[in-house]
Amino acid sequence: MPKWFTPAAILCGLMFVASPILIAEVRYESTMGLVQKIFYYHMPSAVMFLLAAVICGVASARYLFGGAPHQDRVAWAAAELTVLFGIITLVTGPLWARKAWGQWWVWDVRLTASLMGWLVAVAYLLVRRYGGPGSDKLAAGLALFGAANVPFVYISVNYWRTIHPATSVVPTLPVDMGTALWFCFTAFLLLFVLLLKMRIYLEEERARVDSLYLSLEG
Amino acid sequence: MKTVTSTLLAVVLLAAFTAPLGAQGSGAAGQSQPPKQEQQTGFIPLDQLPPQEQLPAPRLLIAAYVFVLVALFLYVVSVSRRLGAVHREVQRLEADLRKSGHP
Repeated sequence: MPKWFTPAAILCGLMFVASPILIAEVRYESTMGLVQKIFYYHMPSAVMFLLAAVICGVASARYLFGGAPHQDRVAWAAAELTVLFGIITLVTGPLWARKAWGQWWVWDVRLTASLMGWLVAVAYLLVRRYGGPGSDKLAAGLALFGAANVPFVYISVNYWRTIHPATSVVPTLPVDMGTALWFCFTAFLLLFVLLLKMRIYLEEERARVDSLYLSLEG
Repeated sequence: MKTVTSTLLAVVLLAAFTAPLGAQGSGAAGQSQPPKQEQQTGFIPLDQLPPQEQLPAPRLLIAAYVFVLVALFLYVVSVSRRLGAVHREVQRLEADLRKSGHP
């Protein structure tokens, strides 16, 4: 692991410890009150979910058309993070919606597209786990669809009539709300980079195990 | 690692099958007409609402934050355990290679 990993992990841990204190200090939103504070973890995890899907798609495309094994490892690592941050988004969203909208779930464009994107990432992992030989290429094809879904998820709230808040909400936040949000966003981004690095390292070590087995047999 | 994969698979399948059921229930609730109520003749303080009409914001908020932190913690533990197992395998294979006289 690189030298910066441990200091960055400590910093990330401290940021996650400090974030609830910062969030507790922020004023309540006028219409939703206390439950709106879910936003400070929900939005960053949703962005990481989409970022992971894009990284998975780009790395898969580079693996499909370039054939570099490292890109395949990046794609696999990113797919796992898509599932992780996706489930966080899809659980925290309904917990907020139950209070704000009066319903756990609606088949809204953004919610449905997000669920589809998450299911594509789950399908990627299932194909990699149980697909047998050649599943790397098949999964890479799936990842392209997952990445293609991302712009659709992002713009859906601006183009269709939807109950979900639009993307214009974030730039209009007052300073205290914005500070808490961007602090949490930085913590999530740092965590995302660390987890991605850790997961890619795991795949590299697995590749090393394979080459050691080949050396033993040879 | 097999246990982790099996658990992940079980959670995913459970989520995939129960999500539409939950949504069906909430959709039906959204479509049904509210029962006709008597005209309101005065304001009711929030804390006097019947329990089913009070939405527990603190519980939802705590559930959200606990879920996020537990999910992240479990994932970090899972990757660390997998890394530990691979490291042990690498060490064992390197020792085997040295014993067998490979450079």
